[in-house]
Amino acid sequence: MPCVKPDGSLSTSGRLMLEAVRPGSTAEDVANVTGMPLYRVRSILRELLDADYVSEEGERFTQTEQGAAKVKSSS
Amino acid sequence: MTTTIEEPEVRATLPRLNEPAPAFDAVTTHGALKLADFEGSWLILFSHPADFTPVCTTEFIAFAEIYPELQKRGTELLGLSIDGLSAHIAWVRNIEEKAGVKIQFPIIADLDRKVAAAYGMVQPGESTTEASRCVFVIDPKGILRAMIYYPLSTGRNMDEIVRLIDALQTADEHNVATPANWHPGDKVLIGAPRTTEQAEERVGEKGLECIDWYLCKKSL
Repeated sequence: MPCVKPDGSLSTSGRLMLEAVRPGSTAEDVANVTGMPLYRVRSILRELLDADYVSEEGERFTQTEQGAAKVKSSS
Repeated sequence: MTTTIEEPEVRATLPRLNEPAPAFDAVTTHGALKLADFEGSWLILFSHPADFTPVCTTEFIAFAEIYPELQKRGTELLGLSIDGLSAHIAWVRNIEEKAGVKIQFPIIADLDRKVAAAYGMVQPGESTTEASRCVFVIDPKGILRAMIYYPLSTGRNMDEIVRLIDALQTADEHNVATPANWHPGDKVLIGAPRTTEQAEERVGEKGLECIDWYLCKKSL
């Protein structure tokens, strides 16, 4: 996964994206915050979901505890 | 006794205009991308025969040059060839190093040819191992709206690709058609009348420039 490395660390894009996820964010919200194209946001959010760094309900995303810890440790 | 079993010829079907574009899930230089990731944007999916080849390199530089114009039109670019990810990455870096042009859009590494087959990009009469120079315009709802096929020897015209996006978006927004060699700002065509009564009304309609009842232009 290009944004989540095998050791669980994040690429620059992955970290920016995870930091931009607020409780209930949509992909469009994250695209607005990060300035990244929507297609890329959707792709990276999928990776963050697979890594359990975000959770999804409907089309809204929230950092998981694991994701929040990752943001904290990488800042 | 020996028998010869002929393997069935695998023929990739061409996608059809105004039908949903074939879905894909592809490995790209920007990570795993699905067609659905582009929903809400116009998308130009284009193929090239091979990385590190002369015509393709001039095309990539030219695609990079029109990319900002396409983005202003809500349009994304997605390249494809039957090359691996490492080749794509090395080529993109080489273009930046040698030509000073950064390739900002993703490129599909279609080594298993799944996307190329779904879109009929390999034209065996030309090459059985490379994709031809194809352009597919997909609208924000995922409908295939235009296709262009160029041979291996001929680099594509980027002005025409931008013009095509302008024409499609204008047609959708104003429910009109565009004449030959149309550019934004030129007059557009309105649909031909479907009844004799409409034809009669059309010739007297104000604000139209009519050559005859079936061929009328107007300004937007």
